[in-house]
Amino acid sequence: MKVSRWFRTDPNAAGLVPTDTHVALSVGFLSVVMAFFAVLALALALGAGRLADSWQGELADAATLQVFGPADAIEEQARAALDVLRTTPGVRSVRMVDLAEQERLLEPWLGPDIPIESLPLPLLIEIETDRDRLNQASLILRLQAEAPGAVFGDHAAWRQPLLATAERLRVFAAACVALMALALAAVLGLAAHAAVAFNGAVVETLRLVGARDRFIGATFTRPLMVNAMASSLAGTAAAMALLALLPKASEQGFFLVGIGLVGWHWLLPPLVPLAAGLLAWVATGLATRQSLRRWS
Amino acid sequence: MIEFEGVGFSYGRTMVLRDMTFTLAPGMLHILIGPSGAGKTTLLRLCHGDLEPTEGQVRFFGRPIARRNRDAIAMLRRSVGIVPRDCRFLEHLPLIENIALPLRVCGIASGNRSEDLHALLEWVDLADRVDALPDELSGSERQRAALARAVILSPEVVLADEPTGGLDRERAQRLLALLIDLSRMGKTVLIATHDEELVRTARTKAATRTLTLEAGRIETAGAAS
Repeated sequence: MKVSRWFRTDPNAAGLVPTDTHVALSVGFLSVVMAFFAVLALALALGAGRLADSWQGELADAATLQVFGPADAIEEQARAALDVLRTTPGVRSVRMVDLAEQERLLEPWLGPDIPIESLPLPLLIEIETDRDRLNQASLILRLQAEAPGAVFGDHAAWRQPLLATAERLRVFAAACVALMALALAAVLGLAAHAAVAFNGAVVETLRLVGARDRFIGATFTRPLMVNAMASSLAGTAAAMALLALLPKASEQGFFLVGIGLVGWHWLLPPLVPLAAGLLAWVATGLATRQSLRRWS
Repeated sequence: MIEFEGVGFSYGRTMVLRDMTFTLAPGMLHILIGPSGAGKTTLLRLCHGDLEPTEGQVRFFGRPIARRNRDAIAMLRRSVGIVPRDCRFLEHLPLIENIALPLRVCGIASGNRSEDLHALLEWVDLADRVDALPDELSGSERQRAALARAVILSPEVVLADEPTGGLDRERAQRLLALLIDLSRMGKTVLIATHDEELVRTARTKAATRTLTLEAGRIETAGAAS
């Protein structure tokens, strides 16, 4: 049996039930709102996933060495630290962060035109590591011996809680999507129950002339499904427009690394109206089938 | 056709029909008579698969159908047309769509049967009322429309529950003539009525079998005239 058969509704069933404008508007409004929030929650889940991946992946391989010391000794300390780093297995590359770059990094917090020369800033060395090969404890011991003013930082102190938060945010967003789907299904099921109950005379007449439950069910399922799909499409479009207006991840100062959508993730929100249609089809189908048993 | 074998029916503790054994003969006009409340409508509903006997068995075209078998009941109703007492239309649809409703339910495009539909409308004399809504029709027009809807799928059996109730003599005769036409076309017709004049007229115009329902039993059956 073809799968498409399950999703087909009888076109002859269209228009046999008078349209209840109040129910149609309520279902439509709820579908718009649910789809809107579902897309935002989806974007949040995807964004949180990207953040977690980033913190777990490329940022996990990044470390920073801060070199402190009096002005006349700091460069010597830095050279000693660089020598240690370059001879340590598991260190892929090292790079000095120059003053101009430090100024750019501090600008969002301290503002432009800061007299950076007058600040007691450490020298920064950016390190790219291979986590599997690097013996961090040994590196720290060597640095303490060769360059006592150098402080190794692998961002673990702030990366782990952020990672945990991102993971929880992802679960929370996914739960929101699931809850909205359940709420929409419940609303559509109730609407279908109410529509069948309200149109008992129509059901009786259709049964009288030999209509099967499948046909009668389609008279109720079809309009609700079309309504839910069309309204969800509107809600999805509104949410996508809002996400498109969010600052891009590359924009300066947008430190959340973009909770919007990027790349192929833009293909996912259009699935929301389809999912809403499928949900409507299942929820209203089950509800009408159950309700129809009242009539012989 | 439709056979009753020791059929009894009760609503709760109230026994309405008892030990009924009879068969609706093919191509015959049957008149079911009895006072109001005798159980005529109940018997018609049993004939339409709307109720299931509490005793005995009703066989449709040789086999019993359980009421829980909803698809089978639906298919049965395509072979057993009914004119309910209240006609029952979809009030928001025009007459033509109400009459064509069984075609739609069976997945037959009414355009493919437009000649049949037109002939049917002519037969019930409603060709000029196709766009009227049900509540714009007179009692007689509603009964004739319900009859047209009942026969549009060419069923073997046609049931009519008090079809002339509320109609004046002339209109009642007109409707009776249509039902007699059907029996002459070979359809099995069962009319439930308490209209004695209708019974007398039917007997004079066609071969009729009268079923008298009294105290829950079929008192007389098979008296053809």
